[in-house]
Amino acid sequence: MSSNNNDYWKANIALIVKCLSIWFVVSYLFGIVFVDALNVIKIGGYKLGFWFAQQGSIYAFVVLVFYYAKRMGDIDEKYNVHEK
Amino acid sequence: MDLQTLTFLFVGITFTLYIGIAFWARSGSTHEFYVAGGGIHPIANGMATAADWMSAASFISMAGLIAFYGYGGSVFLMGWTGGYVLLAMLLAPYLRKHGSFTVPEFISDRYYSKTARIVAVICLIIASVTYVIGQMKGIGVAFSRFLEVDYETGLVTGMVIVAFYAVMGGMKGITYTQIAQYVIMIIAYTIPAVFISFMLTGNPIPQLGLGSEMADGTYLLDKLDQVVTQLGFSEYTTQARLSTTNMFVYTLSLMIGTAGLPHVIMRFFTVSSVKAARESAGWALVFIALLYTTAPAVAAMARLNLMTTIDQPNAEQNLAYAERPAWFKNWEKTGLLKFEDKNGDGLIQYTGDKKTNEMVKVDRDIMVLANPEIAGLPNWVIAIVAAGGLAAALSTAAGLLLAIASSISHDLLKGVWRPNISEKDELMYSRISMIGAILIAGYYGFNPPDFAAGTVALAFGLAASSIFPALMMGIFSKKMNKEGAISGMLSGIGITLLYVFQHQGIMFVKSTSFLGDMNPNWFFGIEPNAFGAIGALVNFAVAFLVMSRTNKVPKEVEKMVENIRIPAAN
Repeated sequence: MSSNNNDYWKANIALIVKCLSIWFVVSYLFGIVFVDALNVIKIGGYKLGFWFAQQGSIYAFVVLVFYYAKRMGDIDEKYNVHEK
Repeated sequence: MDLQTLTFLFVGITFTLYIGIAFWARSGSTHEFYVAGGGIHPIANGMATAADWMSAASFISMAGLIAFYGYGGSVFLMGWTGGYVLLAMLLAPYLRKHGSFTVPEFISDRYYSKTARIVAVICLIIASVTYVIGQMKGIGVAFSRFLEVDYETGLVTGMVIVAFYAVMGGMKGITYTQIAQYVIMIIAYTIPAVFISFMLTGNPIPQLGLGSEMADGTYLLDKLDQVVTQLGFSEYTTQARLSTTNMFVYTLSLMIGTAGLPHVIMRFFTVSSVKAARESAGWALVFIALLYTTAPAVAAMARLNLMTTIDQPNAEQNLAYAERPAWFKNWEKTGLLKFEDKNGDGLIQYTGDKKTNEMVKVDRDIMVLANPEIAGLPNWVIAIVAAGGLAAALSTAAGLLLAIASSISHDLLKGVWRPNISEKDELMYSRISMIGAILIAGYYGFNPPDFAAGTVALAFGLAASSIFPALMMGIFSKKMNKEGAISGMLSGIGITLLYVFQHQGIMFVKSTSFLGDMNPNWFFGIEPNAFGAIGALVNFAVAFLVMSRTNKVPKEVEKMVENIRIPAAN
């Protein structure tokens, strides 16, 4: 693999790790592991942990996928490996 | 117009639409049949993926399960959406770059082995057929209610329609029909939710209504907690699904399974570029999220309406069986709702205590379809929901059958046994395999192993433990060799099947479950439906262990992996 392609792949992995960390926090940590602790806080009629489990995590997933697509588009250009 | 006529009208119009589209866009070549010619726009593809994805389990069954599991039902919400994040980042763009018709074809190229291809086909068929079984339950429920017949007659009618419809279309027809089905489905799901949310809370947006106050000033969720706990059920907003560990593993299993399901992955072979594949995953998730964020509101509101229709604060004023509403009678006809007057007072007691509860059967799968009737919505709304439920069941069944058919005709026949087969014969065999799959799934439709969403969850476990790890390692590890991948897939799906069968019976025949469907025998308290994540871990571990002791990957395969990581052609 050329060093350019190698760097490109590393940049991709770094972005994936960043996105999947958020993915993990909003669903597994906020929605499951720390749900009882977050449930003490209420927004409107929602207990916060319950909200993350049934609403918030899903919104976050949507944002993450588009963010990834957008950033990868930029990274493709930067390393000049985009489709022509 | 009465409900029956309206329902026939709506279902008739939508079906004519689907069949018209399927006919207009029918496939001539294998390229069109499998990947729709590879030129579908990302938003269109996202919508079709969403329809393909959101099955009878999502539309009919999921909110019903959440209505009774409460907070514990969150595993389905997070699990079936979070998988798209994995798909978008870990699989879709690279698989699109490689450009193959089917998932086993990629596995066969990447692991330079026909054996790997056959193993992948077997895993894929097991997972997809289990998935179709889950759909069959949903199809049976929807058709039985809509035709006002018993569950079994409904199921047979549904099977015939699915068969006709999937066999004709192919991917090109299916893709365009699914776009129409998505539109019908989301309208059908949203309209009653908006009505009910507005009736209960004054807020027409269900996602907000769920967190709002009711007319008497209490929050809807607080009110629901209060009602259900008074009747002896667990508190709605905090009842966990068995344990925190189980919920964690269950969610993970559904997410990995989502990213490993062949009929979803195949969708990303139909877009025009790598960039489009990434975006398309995002659009699919937007369209899915519209329904998935509405579902918790539907669930909570349906439960509240059901409880407050039957049980009154003073038990002597409970609903009298003789005065039961029309929806109650209609669902009794299907055999999915049953009442038994245990104390002989003519009133219905619906409680969390087995001894006094008189609603001896409330099939979770009827909740979404019954919901608008329970809330007393106009007939046309109920008719739309019926059409939506059928759209959901049909679109997914068709997509799955296509995945099964293509893996048999393209991967086994053309790829392994008879490479010289003509395109025409290949298409014919793929149609024959579809019929075979429908018959097998239909058999289990008569003897469903679980509620629709439960059975579907099982299919995800099987996909999670076999296909996903093989694909991911194929892209992210240049060193993974065929020996590792094959033994990984076999041990992953093997241990998952073993765990499921030992608790739920071999091939789901209950009497053969040698460890019993009992919680004390569960590994760390993990239920069989959630075991796929453990299977996936086993898959990864075995694969790397075997790889470290076997031959290196050939140079040209390493080159291939380098190539699929880069969007630009070279």
